[in-house]
Amino acid sequence: MDNALLRIEHIEKAYDEHGVIHDLNLVVEKGEVIVIIGPSGCGKSTLLRCINALEDIQGGQILLDGVPVKRDARNISAMRQKIGMVFQSYDLFPHKTVLDNITLAPIKVQKRTRKDAEEEAVALLDRVGLADRRDDYPRQLSGGQKQRVAIVRALSMHPEILLLDEITAALDPEMVREVLDVVLTLARSGITMLIVTHEMSFAQAIADRVIFLENGQIVEESRDPAKFFTEPETPRAKEFLRTFRYER
Amino acid sequence: MQNMGIDVLFKGRNFLRLLGGLWVAVRISLISVAISIVLGILMGMLMTLKNRPVQILCRIYLEIVRIMPQMVLLFIVYFGTTRVFGWNLSAEYAAIIVFSFWGTAEMGDLVRGSLISIPKIQYESARALGMKEGTLFRHVILPQTVRRLIPLSINLITRMIKTTSLVMMIGMVEVLKVAQQIIEANRKSSPNAAFGVFFVVFLLYFLICWPVSRAAVYLEKRWAE
Ligand SMILES: Nc1ncnc2c1ncn2[C@@H]1O[C@H](COP(=O)(O)OP(=O)(O)OP(=O)(O)O)[C@@H](O)[C@H]1O
Ligand SMILES: [Mg+2]
Repeated sequence: MDNALLRIEHIEKAYDEHGVIHDLNLVVEKGEVIVIIGPSGCGKSTLLRCINALEDIQGGQILLDGVPVKRDARNISAMRQKIGMVFQSYDLFPHKTVLDNITLAPIKVQKRTRKDAEEEAVALLDRVGLADRRDDYPRQLSGGQKQRVAIVRALSMHPEILLLDEITAALDPEMVREVLDVVLTLARSGITMLIVTHEMSFAQAIADRVIFLENGQIVEESRDPAKFFTEPETPRAKEFLRTFRYER
Repeated sequence: MQNMGIDVLFKGRNFLRLLGGLWVAVRISLISVAISIVLGILMGMLMTLKNRPVQILCRIYLEIVRIMPQMVLLFIVYFGTTRVFGWNLSAEYAAIIVFSFWGTAEMGDLVRGSLISIPKIQYESARALGMKEGTLFRHVILPQTVRRLIPLSINLITRMIKTTSLVMMIGMVEVLKVAQQIIEANRKSSPNAAFGVFFVVFLLYFLICWPVSRAAVYLEKRWAE
């Protein structure tokens, strides 16, 4: 399989003595959109945070383009530039305008010219419908707008893979849609993504592959989302999906 | 209404002398505040390190500064250390040492507080964008820290300006001392001078501290999130 972009091999993650991820293996191919679901506390966020080495792992390895991603390695900055991430809580820099939030890393990290970075930022903002908000501060934006800016900020580094951790979980319901629409457009444009979400209909619509995680292990994996969401194979997945439906 | 005694200030060079005394107080504050800001930022950063011994040392330092009256510190440095170590320390240097010692500790604690009030997600999202620690600190953490710090440190600065009046206890002729001298010299001719002269001293302190605290209010509004 030489189309593999990201290889997660036998990783182990524990906080102190408390194991969170156990012998987890996953290969992500270029252009693939993987949705990760599972009950609260099963290790979804931890998995994403290990991938860009915000957390260190106690065992196994993570390879991006065949190169290990390690927290204390010298190339970690270069590796993280290839891995975009958007978090659940709003994480824009509050002292910078929308435009400066987006261009800071391209200018300071990738040493691109301000003009070049700004042109791209404006074009990306336009794509998510926020071109007129370039000079606003984060506090002037709604939650949905902030998350769209956060997506643009991640994209501006030209990542090879995008990690999205419940990016709509903190939003008011009427704003979820505008953010998910952006993600769907991105998925169609061929960018590789790992998405953690609790929006099941969105997950079904966007996923090439669904992974059901429990207790830090992959319990079920399916390349047929429609089938997975209607008749999952494992009882655990069945039970989990049932909690998202109201039935009397 | 009786003569309030302000007129003695216009006798001879009295008002100029008063301003001269004020300049002594302002000079000591300015130098001490500048030193305290620089060392305080370093100390605040030290205090946020997860190093137990360093934390304990900083804690002890801070407690000492808080418990000791500034006047005692002044006496120890000016009268005490000059005897024990036999060095020659001018009153002004002694004052600057004591005020910086005090200011660094208090500023360090303010910097620490501002630093730890920055949410972890700010560090993480910057790292996730590939920023190295230097870039992250300079462009993401420091600007936010300074914004939180300035209103707090203005309060400390005005306290330091006011406390400089203590340096007359080690023989420095600052504004309050000059005022006393003027009042003493005119005790006979103008018995009410104590009121007028000290009132002018009050105005002078006000004129210096007020713009500083207004600036704090302004910056706080401007940077409100
Ligand atoms: N910094 C930490 N220190 C200690 N334990 C942690 C830490 N972060 C997470 N954990 C623990 O690790 C486990 C997995 O957490 P994680 O955040 O990955 O779950 P999750 O699947 O993302 O859950 P949710 O759906 O609620 O976001 C939980 O038991 C959690 O308590
Ligand atoms: Mg999570």
